[in-house]
Amino acid sequence: MAPILSIDDLTVSFSQPDRSISAVRQVSLAVAARECVAVVGESGSGKTQIFMAAMGLLEGNATAQGSVRFEGSEILGAQAPQLNRIRGSKLTMVFQDPMTSLTPHLKIGIQLAEVLVCHTGRSWSEARIAARRMLERVRVPDPARRLNQYPHELSGGLRQRVTIGMSLLCEPLLVIADEPTTALDVTVQAQIIDLLRAMREEVGMALVLISHDLGVVAGLADRILVMYAGRIVESADSAELFRDPRHPYTGALLKCIPTLSGPSLARLPTLPGQPPQPEDSLDGCAFAPRCPRAAERCRTERPLLREAGNAGDRGSNGIESGSSAIENGGARRVACHFPLSP
Amino acid sequence: MNARVAANAGVGTNAGDSAIDVLLRVADLQVEFGARAVLRDVTFDLYAGETLGLVGESGSGKSTLARAILRLIRSSKGSVVWRGRDLLACEPAALRPLRRDLQIVFQDPLASLNPRMTVGETIAEPLRIFESALNAQARRDRVGGMLERVGLAADMIGRYPHEFSGGQCQRIGIARAMILGPKLLICDEPVSSLDVSIQGQIVNLLLDLQRDVGTAMLFISHNLAVIRHVSHRILVMYSGRLVEIAARDALFEMPAHPYTRALLAAVPAAPGAAEPIAGPLLRAEPAASPAGADFGCAFRDRCAYAVGICGTTLPPLEEVAAGHWVACHRSREFTASPPPPKD
Amino acid sequence: MSGLLDDAVRRLRSNPGAMWAMFVVAGLVALALFGPWFNPNGSETLDWLHVASRPALQSAHWFGTDRLGRDLFARTLEGTRVSLAVGVVASAVSLAVGIGYGAVAGYVGGRTDHVMMRVIEILSGLPLIFFVIFLTVVFGRSEYLLFLAIGAVGWLTMARIVRGQTLSIRRREFIEAAVASGAGTARIIVKHVIPNVIGPVVVYATLTVPQIIMFESFLSFLGLGIQEPHASLGTLIAEGAGEMEAAPWILLVPGGFLAVLLLALNIFGDGLRDALDVKER
Repeated sequence: MAPILSIDDLTVSFSQPDRSISAVRQVSLAVAARECVAVVGESGSGKTQIFMAAMGLLEGNATAQGSVRFEGSEILGAQAPQLNRIRGSKLTMVFQDPMTSLTPHLKIGIQLAEVLVCHTGRSWSEARIAARRMLERVRVPDPARRLNQYPHELSGGLRQRVTIGMSLLCEPLLVIADEPTTALDVTVQAQIIDLLRAMREEVGMALVLISHDLGVVAGLADRILVMYAGRIVESADSAELFRDPRHPYTGALLKCIPTLSGPSLARLPTLPGQPPQPEDSLDGCAFAPRCPRAAERCRTERPLLREAGNAGDRGSNGIESGSSAIENGGARRVACHFPLSP
Repeated sequence: MNARVAANAGVGTNAGDSAIDVLLRVADLQVEFGARAVLRDVTFDLYAGETLGLVGESGSGKSTLARAILRLIRSSKGSVVWRGRDLLACEPAALRPLRRDLQIVFQDPLASLNPRMTVGETIAEPLRIFESALNAQARRDRVGGMLERVGLAADMIGRYPHEFSGGQCQRIGIARAMILGPKLLICDEPVSSLDVSIQGQIVNLLLDLQRDVGTAMLFISHNLAVIRHVSHRILVMYSGRLVEIAARDALFEMPAHPYTRALLAAVPAAPGAAEPIAGPLLRAEPAASPAGADFGCAFRDRCAYAVGICGTTLPPLEEVAAGHWVACHRSREFTASPPPPKD
Repeated sequence: MSGLLDDAVRRLRSNPGAMWAMFVVAGLVALALFGPWFNPNGSETLDWLHVASRPALQSAHWFGTDRLGRDLFARTLEGTRVSLAVGVVASAVSLAVGIGYGAVAGYVGGRTDHVMMRVIEILSGLPLIFFVIFLTVVFGRSEYLLFLAIGAVGWLTMARIVRGQTLSIRRREFIEAAVASGAGTARIIVKHVIPNVIGPVVVYATLTVPQIIMFESFLSFLGLGIQEPHASLGTLIAEGAGEMEAAPWILLVPGGFLAVLLLALNIFGDGLRDALDVKER
């Protein structure tokens, strides 16, 4: 089955007066129908820019090279009219801060109905009815009243429900959620994750979840891609990743998350140093300066993303594997010369 | 509050000091923004050398509390007694010398540094104010030493904040706060805006400094797991009020307030980690602007256990076990065994 | 600071309009300061042989002469000098006064701010020309009056701008941090507030220079400012207006200089604002 979204060798660079900065370096990934893929990384990892490029939302001084195919057709660099046919209807996005992603001076009802009117050609009155039904589906209490309210009259959690509803109005094939719960309180976060889970079952869309929080994606994702310094360093099924991380960065990240169990008032496990920023130049493996397992080879030769077999298989064919992930049913991939052993 | 419980919670052992004195006594603190009360009836003690965790979500008033204690904003009622003196009642001129011992680290590391001052000047400012007799060289040495103590290089003294990352800026903020060896450090969400792999570094740094200097800490966060790592005792706030106070272990093993239970249940656990305490999720969303519930419990709209009395009478903060205080009409039922949810 | 400055300089360099404007202004200033050395004619010398003569490059007077036979080039250069001096000095004074006043009002707030703002509003409401005329009647025509009038008014908008900037940073965390560190009000205003509001203020000051020159020219044109035999571009234009039909160059030369000067200053000021308008990361 062909993937809904297929990204090949994507590189996103920002040009500044004296140099060019690459936020995304040669990233390849694919999302199948109904699949939930989480893209996890810290600041500077480039996880958001991949999908800004896919949606055609890059800033003026950014250039994207490579290929992004949606339902088989190339959308990277496409003109606005072509993009607008799919953006907002078949390929939608939920942003991090609902306060800034909803237009403050328009009522909720209008913003929701507008999506339907523009993409499906319904009349305003029909669209309003559909909007209210969508608010019910995303469990907004008292939907009729909410339609007439402004974004600032709703709480953060409700606003995010509205944006999620907005993304589902035209029955999209793929929804990209960029840190959808980061700006929300922990108790509300849990409810939004539940909502996303329920919507996946009801609507059946594919979901890309961008996050820095492994805990948040654990409950939702089928597959997780871990990014570092603009590249994918590990890709695995969700359960496998938590049980058996192969890349030292993934392993360290999992250990760094403070938990509710275990000894307290002891020192928290940490990673020394900090994540590289896009403007830093990198020789060899970007993680080497912080990696406890780094050897000389790591500093000079950048490890390629290749299949992680069983222990002892140091898979040295050196061929980058990209969207063949789908064909292999989500095979394990690691970009490391000395991956952790299972 | 109970000094014996504080001792049991491990307070004082870190500083190697056996006498437990009350450093800070907050009583009936109230802060209003216009007609709305964002902080109400806040009463608690803080002991020398302990780390008091303060957990709450947006709208709980926790950041307001931090600023009210330091008199960075005006309180409408109540007292903040610091080592015997009411900070809210004294003259501004008398307040300033006391600030030497009361310091704060902010949430947004870059915003808390003056963009037009070098980091050396920023860290040196408390020295200039309180130890003006120092000459330039002595000052430079102290600042350099402090930079190294927080894990940065002394030769970064002439750089500007925008040249540093978030984690480094937070270290600079901590250096400024700790250079005079304060007796109380208030940390207002010090790691919330940092990457996960950096959070541990900053938390460890704070724990180290606390151990070396014997500073008490008021550690504010919405992240229960981090609070658990650093705190001896914990305050839980909701909608401007304290709803639970307990020693750390007591809070996590037997949370008595429904909101605390909901918080614990909501912490997403990576598979493989211990199961969080099960509990019913909340019923509804909080209102956009939590109305100051003058009567009745502010949490009743979301509480799965709410009954009639919750809507009419404000639950008082009561001691349900030694050193464990809860503001809930049904708390005694919970501390016995968790009741089945209402619906 | 170095990083921000380099950034700003680079941005300015890439703005051709602003760079041209800057060179024009620099050129006019250089001309005004050093031009007289290349001009054999003094600005007060009366050349009876060449009264109201046309501009001609071959003649002794490149830009012609005025009704009294004074060399127009020399007079215009002097006028430019005077106008620039007034503009720069008055801008500097209004900058100094306005920054101090606005920062204090904005930071201290409360009743102090209230009173200080009322003072500004009252002064703003003054019908300025009447005020100057009144002063002229009382004290007689004098150049010091000119400075007084400009000084009384020039700092008002600056103070308002600084106060606005101060209000917007007053609640920033580094100010809170300074208070928590025990800094007093004076220290906070001088070390924390003013250095951070200076950016937009400096730009505004650059744009104030042409405004003040214009104002001075206007007053002098009305006869209220610079006195004979001194010249400013305003007085020269006033003279020229009277001779417009017979000897238009007497108006056009100083008028042209004034127009070019103001245009260049405005363009440069805009470019400066664009260059300094950094979103502080």
